[in-house]
Amino acid sequence: MITQSFTVTSPTGLHVRPIKTFVEAAGKFPCKISVLSKGKKVNGKSSLSMLTLGVAAHDEVTLEIDGEGEQEAMKTLGEILLRIHE
Amino acid sequence: MTRKIEGIAASSGIAIARAVVLNAETYVPVRSPAEEPEREVERFRAAVRQAQGEIERIRASVEEKLGAEKAAIFEGHLLILEDPDLIETVEGQIREEAVNAEYALHEVAQTFIEALGQLEDEALRERAADVRDVSGRILNALRGVQGGDLSQLAEECVVVASDLTPSDTAQLNLAVVRGFVTEIGSRTSHSAIMARSLDVPAIVGAGAGVRGIPAGAILVMDATEGVLLVDPSPEELAAYTEKKAQYDRRQAELRQWAKRASVSSDGHRVEIAANIGKLEDVQKALDNGAEAIGLFRTEFLYMGRSELPTEEEQFQSYKYVLEKMAGKPVVIRTLDIGGDKELPYLDLPKESNPFLGQRALRLCLERQDVFRAQLRALLRASRYGNLKIMFPMIAVLEELLEAKRILEEEKTQLVASGVEVSETIEVGMMIEVPSAAVSADLFAKEADFFSIGTNDLIQYTMAADRMNETVSYLYQPCHPSILRLIRHVIDAARAEGKWVGVCGEMAGDLTAIPLLLGLGLHEFSMSAGSILPARERIGSLSHGDWQSLSRQALSLRGHREVQSFVQQQLEGGIHA
Repeated sequence: MITQSFTVTSPTGLHVRPIKTFVEAAGKFPCKISVLSKGKKVNGKSSLSMLTLGVAAHDEVTLEIDGEGEQEAMKTLGEILLRIHE
Repeated sequence: MTRKIEGIAASSGIAIARAVVLNAETYVPVRSPAEEPEREVERFRAAVRQAQGEIERIRASVEEKLGAEKAAIFEGHLLILEDPDLIETVEGQIREEAVNAEYALHEVAQTFIEALGQLEDEALRERAADVRDVSGRILNALRGVQGGDLSQLAEECVVVASDLTPSDTAQLNLAVVRGFVTEIGSRTSHSAIMARSLDVPAIVGAGAGVRGIPAGAILVMDATEGVLLVDPSPEELAAYTEKKAQYDRRQAELRQWAKRASVSSDGHRVEIAANIGKLEDVQKALDNGAEAIGLFRTEFLYMGRSELPTEEEQFQSYKYVLEKMAGKPVVIRTLDIGGDKELPYLDLPKESNPFLGQRALRLCLERQDVFRAQLRALLRASRYGNLKIMFPMIAVLEELLEAKRILEEEKTQLVASGVEVSETIEVGMMIEVPSAAVSADLFAKEADFFSIGTNDLIQYTMAADRMNETVSYLYQPCHPSILRLIRHVIDAARAEGKWVGVCGEMAGDLTAIPLLLGLGLHEFSMSAGSILPARERIGSLSHGDWQSLSRQALSLRGHREVQSFVQQQLEGGIHA
């Protein structure tokens, strides 16, 4: 299992669109992907659960990824967290 | 008798029409045993597929009518239908507890609706409406019930509802719907956002009073002020009919200016730009026809957090704005902290007079780690658009030269390490300290442009704290002292072939605009909402006339005299 933390840059935080991008990318990996923020941990393949985290701009988010393809998943998903979304 | 209800003006405009009342049925499923859970799961899946088909159809029609951006809401809905934490949990519950699909779905959806409803962020809280919308659609499919279809409305009306789901709003028949009023909701509700993009007047969050509105009642909704009149008197009706006509006329007039160039009546071209302080502001600037970003305040990147932003984070933000402006100029001001803006994590010593203390560039020259990181981020972003870098709070030439030297050092290093940096970045400075204004000729040789920060320039020239109400009468943008400084700055820049902008409140002030135009200002940078009236004003002015009128104004006795002089000239039609 690998973990890494990211500071969300997108001005509106993790809203519908960035989460959509994230979840769609997460769904392509066979490994288990968890997203942690402010003491809560949710399934990174569920957009609804990710929304309930209420991640705002500049919040820190930790990815916990376990299983096949975890390195590549971390790279792809971390990049999505750092990117600025419309 | 007229009944008056107040709510939140979510989308501006005035509408007068009869009420169509939507009675949202509240259906709470009853728990009942499922004899064959697998068949119940199948029934659930079929309902999800049906909902998918419906949403896909709405999405396509919204995309056709309103464009892909608005249709994205429904992509979000489709995503909910595929959400493992929703779908798999419902199916799990049906199997494990052998319950009916309606009940299981309602239970699971409710947990999400509650969790989302508790979030601090208003926009995220509104996402509960999506879950309600989607789960309601699946429930209808399970029950074989037809949902209400607002595209069937055939007569001119104002829609009154407890709340409108995103799919309701998207399906409103715009040929007849004049506006809508809801009991709940906020400015960031889907329905409110949708109303603004459809340009339909809307009042949301009007409270329980909405429930008593009878179908067919005449409604006057003034969504410029968030006021709803039920059964207005003939006098009120007449007054609002007139107000509506005026409002609609004015809006149509202003909108014409969004796509026009900023040109005076005698053909003198200037540039109207927007001031922005957040990334979200860029779209608003473009919507209002901004020709450039004249001031991008970067403080938002540093404030409201516990540590410095990384270079990468800054790079992403600058790149975003540059790309979004697609080649139009973007003036980014380096960090302007200090004064009334503090950053606790920098642990700066308390100053007894922060506005006269180590503010903005003064601080950056001391804390070069902070400054250099920002400059690197700017340089790296430069190749994504038309970047201009601006230094704030410069009082003496040495400060500008030192800032430029540091910038050059960072640039050389970046280029040496193989990073692509634009070769055409203009480097300019704010004029807000009187010493810089008075000696603008000295700076004009070294700076590529000036942008006059009138708010601070006035405060420092008048020696009047702009936060202190007892001396607020000294905020006098049109005082001859300020106008003379501005004239001097513009003349000094022109002598060196450089351009000058104003990025304070004054740039959007309709009384100051004729004077600034006459003095030869090149760029007017203001909040997005001021752009259209400002462009309209410039279009009505003769640059030639105001060249001499503005010189006359400089010799008047004071602020009030200048203002009434301008008013007289405008009313006298000499400008036409």
